Amino acid sequence: MAWFKRSKENISSDGQKKDIPDGMWTKCDGCGEIIHKKQLEQNYFTCAKCSYHFRIGSKEYFEILLDHGTFKETEKRMRSLDPLKFVDTKPYAKRIDESIKKTGLHDAVRTGEGEMNGLPLVIACMDFSFIGGSMGSVVGEKISRAADLARKKKKPLLVISSSGGARMQEAALSLMQMAKTSAKIAQLSDAGIPYIAVLADPTAGGVTASFAMLGDVQIAEPSAFIGFAGPRVIKQTIGKDLPKGFQRSEFLLEKGFLDMVVHRKELKQTITKVLQHLNP
Amino acid sequence: MAKVILDFEKPIIELEQKIAEMRKYADNLDISDEIGTLEGKVDQLRSSVYQNLTRWQRVQLARHPDRPYTLDYIQYMIEDFVELHGDRRYADDKAIVGGFGRLDKDTVLILGHQKGRDTKSNIYRNFGMPNPEGYRKALRLMLLATKFGKPIITLLDTPGAYPGLGAEERGQGEAIARNLFEMSHLPVPIIVVVIGEGASGGALGMGIGDRVMMLENSWYSVISPESCSSILWRSWEFKEQAAEALKLTAKDLLEQKIIDRIIPEPMGGAHRDPLIAAATLKRTLIEELKALKKIKPDRLVQLRIEKFSAMGEWKST
Ligand SMILES: [Zn+2]
Repeated sequence: MAWFKRSKENISSDGQKKDIPDGMWTKCDGCGEIIHKKQLEQNYFTCAKCSYHFRIGSKEYFEILLDHGTFKETEKRMRSLDPLKFVDTKPYAKRIDESIKKTGLHDAVRTGEGEMNGLPLVIACMDFSFIGGSMGSVVGEKISRAADLARKKKKPLLVISSSGGARMQEAALSLMQMAKTSAKIAQLSDAGIPYIAVLADPTAGGVTASFAMLGDVQIAEPSAFIGFAGPRVIKQTIGKDLPKGFQRSEFLLEKGFLDMVVHRKELKQTITKVLQHLNP
Repeated sequence: MAKVILDFEKPIIELEQKIAEMRKYADNLDISDEIGTLEGKVDQLRSSVYQNLTRWQRVQLARHPDRPYTLDYIQYMIEDFVELHGDRRYADDKAIVGGFGRLDKDTVLILGHQKGRDTKSNIYRNFGMPNPEGYRKALRLMLLATKFGKPIITLLDTPGAYPGLGAEERGQGEAIARNLFEMSHLPVPIIVVVIGEGASGGALGMGIGDRVMMLENSWYSVISPESCSSILWRSWEFKEQAAEALKLTAKDLLEQKIIDRIIPEPMGGAHRDPLIAAATLKRTLIEELKALKKIKPDRLVQLRIEKFSAMGEWKST
């Protein structure tokens, strides 16, 4: 067991245990298994033993879902302004700058065109690492432009959501992004272009109450949190603990709000099959 | 009905009562000078208080327990109102009311959140917090209005969609999302008015329209000041700061180009004179509807989508 002892020192012990580990080894949140970085990558950032899905970002999803070298990013440099000059415990403008520096991203979604098993599509993927994947003007605008692009080029739209909800620091402007994105999805739908919604952990609040729930086909990763209200708020309201598995993918499948729950390694093949059926 | 008086209303209402009492005796005594002085004073006090309301004070006015609610406005503005019930799927949600009635000469569908006035009616109305079946009832009625070519008016007044177990089980998020999707392309005129509290997705779920307006003392935002305080400041104590930061008043939203128009309220708020408030709202609705009826359905939908598409601020460097 010498390798185990030695490797343990490399396990990142910061609070970001759900994100991709920085060290060579990481511990599975699902079963406690110690997994090597390479092994994790080969297994689509899921645990081979218990199927626990580690939270990943747009970079990983584009690699997993798109054919190598086909991704062309759009609106890459679009970034948030601070229209309300919002200050809570920290100025919003500073929060944005810090997040850009920390993540190398410009906001909580990346969009572009690519191919999936040779099928051309428009894709958008949210990044939870950027201010909790929250939707402000930039996320709303980029999703809307992706829908417009899909409509104009007659290519299907795929959106992978991972978000805590609407971004508070843009207040009512964030709220209106729910309206805007939903209107754009409706336009796409009227044009007869398929839209596939993939929900990753977590998909919450204003994102759940807009484009994430409007797919022609609704797919979620296993055990992802999906809900409108947060569990803490619901617990406060009803004054008791929530049932096990409440607001998880499997629960939503059972209640009729998803078409399927799909393991990340099957995601590309499953979406391809669906698109082959739906494409005109 | 028990009157509720807010802190900043108190000095004004006390003066008003004093003047009213003096008037009773004014026939026997010559105190008209004195009354005149007091009236000048109360006018001054009114304008200094109501022209300088903080955002948090507006929130308090929007939540005033004597403020007119959807059914009050319907009673004052709409003739031959017929309320319709149920979503045909699960239940009838009492937190949203709706039905057909006549506004001036036109039959319209009028829908709105409904709060209660006392504990009992508030429990019945779930404090104006809809479950998914409320949004689905609204959608059923809006599709019915579309089928018969009737314009739609929605009045928003909710502290939020209900965060309950059953609400999540029955797809609160999906219900709201579906309404946004459908409302964006219904080929009939839609007018939206925030009459009290416009809290988050719970309000927006009936909030897509060709004209979006707010009563002078209503608020509209992504979250309530209290919840914003608890999340961003990690304490319930910063609701005043949160209200300021959220810029959630009618004036703010007009500046943010989210609403088209502010509908003035009687001095001191709609609860001080509900009949005048309703008359102003009615006049505004008639005027806006007249303009919208001239626009062809396809064009209406196109303009509506463009209107919401323009919302937000970003930078493409
Ligand atoms: Zn595991």
